[in-house]
Amino acid sequence: MRVGVITFPGTLDDVDAVRAVRLAGGEAVNLWHADRDLHGVDAVVVPGGFSYGDYLRAGAIAARAPIMDEVVVAADHGMPVLGICNGFQILCEAGLLPGALTRNVGLHFVCRDLRLRVESSATAWTGAFAAGQEIVVPLKSGEGRYVADAATLAQLEADGRIVFRYVDAAPNGSTSDIAGIASANGRVVGLMPHPEHAIEPLTGPSADGLGLFTSVLAAVMSA
Amino acid sequence: MPKPEILDPQGQAVAGALHRLGVAGVTDVRQGKHFELEVDDAVDDDTLHRIAGSLLANPVIEDWRVTRA
Repeated sequence: MRVGVITFPGTLDDVDAVRAVRLAGGEAVNLWHADRDLHGVDAVVVPGGFSYGDYLRAGAIAARAPIMDEVVVAADHGMPVLGICNGFQILCEAGLLPGALTRNVGLHFVCRDLRLRVESSATAWTGAFAAGQEIVVPLKSGEGRYVADAATLAQLEADGRIVFRYVDAAPNGSTSDIAGIASANGRVVGLMPHPEHAIEPLTGPSADGLGLFTSVLAAVMSA
Repeated sequence: MPKPEILDPQGQAVAGALHRLGVAGVTDVRQGKHFELEVDDAVDDDTLHRIAGSLLANPVIEDWRVTRA
């Protein structure tokens, strides 16, 4: 089971994402932004950071990088894709997820551990959780306020595609306390907090984040 | 420009700074982006709108206008 982790210029969290994949029992494959080849991976993680220095808009340039053309095609065929933080912004800019991430309310960069509620276990990345389960993972972002038009929000809500919510009021002002969402087929998930930083008690606030990575291994095995 | 319904915290911060400077009468500030492109005569308005809508602006959160100088 091979899970690709993309590195763009300015990506920060690819090393932690690779480690999370390995700890979950998968084989991590490094993917480069300029590649036009997914090297036969079964799933892809688009990690966090500041790809291309957040120029234009966070994630806007990365979404048009050569590797993303391949990710979009593979996602259309059902390959699981996880976008974390800047990766979530990239998936929205690439059109794989609806809506956009905008500047935090109050303009402050928020960096702290916080509680999330897993609202849906019916995605490729959350099968190991129970719906309603609370997990603790870090959030570290300056543009994490999720926005979408009213029709999109209603659709996400009705289809159970809001995957993670901030348990206490969203520190970034995110609409409906949304921390993460999924594509219509549940294969593509994006979230602002960082599960790859919460994979073992020694280095993170919990090991709760590991569940996303074990989930995708199980999802691909059963496919 | 950010769409009217999109909260613009940066614009609000500018409005707050103006208030602190003692400038009266500014009720709202919204912050956007301005791009100047040098293009050949062969580049038509459709192409410019495509450039604006597919890369320069994010239609989910921003409105845009194309003008020729």
